[in-house]
Amino acid sequence: MEALYLLIPLSLVLVALALWVFFGAADSGQFDDLEGPALRLLRDDDRAAD
Amino acid sequence: MRDRGDGTAAEDDDASAAKPPASDDRAGGCFHCGLPLPAHSLWRASVGGAERAMCCPGCAAAAQTIVDAGCGDYYDTRDGYGATVDGGAAPELALFDAGENTGEGSFTVEGMRCAACVWLIERRVGALPGVQESLLNVSTERLQVRWDPATCKVSDILRALRAIGYSAYPYDRQRHGEQLERARRTLFRQLFVAGLAMMQVMMYAVPVYLADDGTMDADMTALMGWASFVLTLPAVLYSALPFFGGAWRDLRRGLPGMDVPVALGIGAAFIGSTVALVRGRGEVWFDSITMFIFLLLASRYLELSARRRATRALEALQEGMPVASQRMPAYPLDRATELVAAASLQPGDVVLVAPGQAAPADGVIVEGETEADLSLLTGESRARRMGPGDLLPGGAVNVTQAVLLRVQAAAQDSTLALLVRLADKAGQGKPALALWADRVAAWSVAALLVLTVVVFLAWQLVDPARAWPAAIAVLVVTCPCALSLATPTALAAATGRLLRRGVLAVQPHALETLERATHVVFDKTGTLTLGRPVVRDVRGFGPSREHAPQALAVAAALEAGSAHPLAQAIRAAAAGPASDARDVVHTAGQGIEGEVDGMRYRLGSAAFVAALAGRRMPAAPEAQGSAVWLGKQGAWLARFDIADGLRPEAIEVVRRVEAAGKTVVLLSGDESRAAQQVAAQLGIRLAAGDQLPQQKLDFVRELQAQGATVAMVGDGINDAAVLRGADVSFAMGGGAALAQLHADCVLLGDSLLPLLDALETARRTLRIIRQNLAWASVYNLAAIPLAATGLLNPWLAGVGMAASSAVVVLNALRLRK
Repeated sequence: MEALYLLIPLSLVLVALALWVFFGAADSGQFDDLEGPALRLLRDDDRAAD
Repeated sequence: MRDRGDGTAAEDDDASAAKPPASDDRAGGCFHCGLPLPAHSLWRASVGGAERAMCCPGCAAAAQTIVDAGCGDYYDTRDGYGATVDGGAAPELALFDAGENTGEGSFTVEGMRCAACVWLIERRVGALPGVQESLLNVSTERLQVRWDPATCKVSDILRALRAIGYSAYPYDRQRHGEQLERARRTLFRQLFVAGLAMMQVMMYAVPVYLADDGTMDADMTALMGWASFVLTLPAVLYSALPFFGGAWRDLRRGLPGMDVPVALGIGAAFIGSTVALVRGRGEVWFDSITMFIFLLLASRYLELSARRRATRALEALQEGMPVASQRMPAYPLDRATELVAAASLQPGDVVLVAPGQAAPADGVIVEGETEADLSLLTGESRARRMGPGDLLPGGAVNVTQAVLLRVQAAAQDSTLALLVRLADKAGQGKPALALWADRVAAWSVAALLVLTVVVFLAWQLVDPARAWPAAIAVLVVTCPCALSLATPTALAAATGRLLRRGVLAVQPHALETLERATHVVFDKTGTLTLGRPVVRDVRGFGPSREHAPQALAVAAALEAGSAHPLAQAIRAAAAGPASDARDVVHTAGQGIEGEVDGMRYRLGSAAFVAALAGRRMPAAPEAQGSAVWLGKQGAWLARFDIADGLRPEAIEVVRRVEAAGKTVVLLSGDESRAAQQVAAQLGIRLAAGDQLPQQKLDFVRELQAQGATVAMVGDGINDAAVLRGADVSFAMGGGAALAQLHADCVLLGDSLLPLLDALETARRTLRIIRQNLAWASVYNLAAIPLAATGLLNPWLAGVGMAASSAVVVLNALRLRK
């Protein structure tokens, strides 16, 4: 049971980390367009690079 | 840019472009846009090494541009046809360069059909000289571009998009859409934080609930409690801000709304839990608090998303009004034109109005004879002949010939602008219903607050230790969660369903009011009728008795080159490819003469045809609508009765609206006889013609004064005022942008059938809302005594609240099907 004294604060740190990552992603526009990436296919020009 | 406001104007392709055919290889269609090819199309473009047939120079140029830009891959991967491309250099785009060239901007892009479009647009704009970055946001249809101001202009980007078949215009941040978007983004973050906090706090709470007495020591309980406290802090201080903000606003207005008990419940539970935690004894309810915040935010997010989708579609429709005009600064000495913004026109300016364009302001014709389509302004379905000295109101569409117009009033004082102001005035009476709902909510909330205080004081006398938990339990249980979720979730689900069926519900009250409506008022032109003339009847004459199809084929051949609405009607009625007509001569306002298969024909008014066919006109019953005659040397051949055609679905719609117990009324700006005729065909008992916008509004007001709830369906600019004045209003998707702006709902797709869907959905939605409200009330009435007597502790109250909310939401989601 003593492990919880370490694990619970650790879980708090992880939540803080998750929030930090989420806000970073939201600021960079990650969630602005939830439809586009599925449509944006991996394709190239059909012409040789000039 | 395609003008959505011009109704019957000269473009004859729009309707079919909206429905992409199922397969790409249908023989005979344009390779780019899929429209049927004209009989002798010479337009070709080389795509992927093969020559492809195109319907018009615009599409051919677009296809060539796409291939030349190295984007031919688009044609291999698309799963829908492109939009039809309007040809021409589009000089009006240069007006967009008037603003500051900042090197950065957003553009709203229209005409995206499939995944390949995304790729094509980004690729094409990114390849422009000077463009550093282009990124397309698909869900908002907005293109974000950064460019070098020295080498690239706004108009270059718009022109590049137009060249490949997409209309675009600079996105204006002043519009309301942006604010809603920002609110949604903030709410999304608050929702995420609340959700994360809720899940994590639950993890700490479960062991405390599950542990038997004594198996968990006090230190461990305190540790869990403090961890929960730390995680609840962001939920209360950040995620719950909308509730605290709303409660504060309500209190300052003196009208406590739903936010007040929510904010009080959250605040009281949080302070109570914190005090218990510090003291080391008593209950903590952090899990209930976070769950509570999360569930409420989720419902608000759903509601906001539905609203945002609605405003975005409207925003695109606003772009239908004419923005540019061609002014002749040195008239009559010099006829050179310059392009100016329509808003900058002054009285006395002379402008050129080309056929198919709308007049930018009210003015008197100084040169040229034409026919003008006033159907947007007056509802009159026939084009009106106009010559020098006649007044052409702003917004009227010039149909046949270019005319010069001397502007009489600045654009903001035009007939059109006055109608806009009239509509504004009519809209001021509306929020009364909303205020009434607020007041009822305020009373029930105030009663709940009083009850909480009473419970708290009563427990102080009986058992002070249990006063605090009982008061919180009452606040949480009576918190109108299920009650406040009941209506918005059902409305959001119904809005989503309607949008898929082709009805855009802009105002949240629309469905509710539609269900209550006692009268449904229809406009005639463009609403019950198609708003464009069709051939109703073909009557053959003379000894040879030529068959109707032959007469139509000859007429269609003669009219092949004309953009006149009557000519379009004849062409549409004639099946099969038209034969060629030679030596065609137009006589303005009279008709057309030409040679088809070696025979001379005349098509037009009776007097015009009589000059060729002889004086003696064949006896025939009176024409329905406009009569167009066809004759050859010495013989009358046929008469075409052309009138505004009824929508094929109109009879069905009127019948089912009546079957739903609502009275159908027809109000038209068109002449009385035409209105009565349409009413008789559809079985409408109450009909009035010759109605000016103000009279229509008065008619509706009169009905309302007698206690009726009026639903209005209209399409033209002249309907805008009455649409605002009616209790609930529908605008046709193919109608004027202005009418759509003032309507509560827009019927997308130019058909009346979605109206029936709206009626059905309104009925089901109201039934579900009533079920939800009944359930929430029963739950609250049962739970309040339990909580007040202390039988329900706060966490049980919270779980009960969540369960009742879930029932309400799931019930509402049935509407999606």
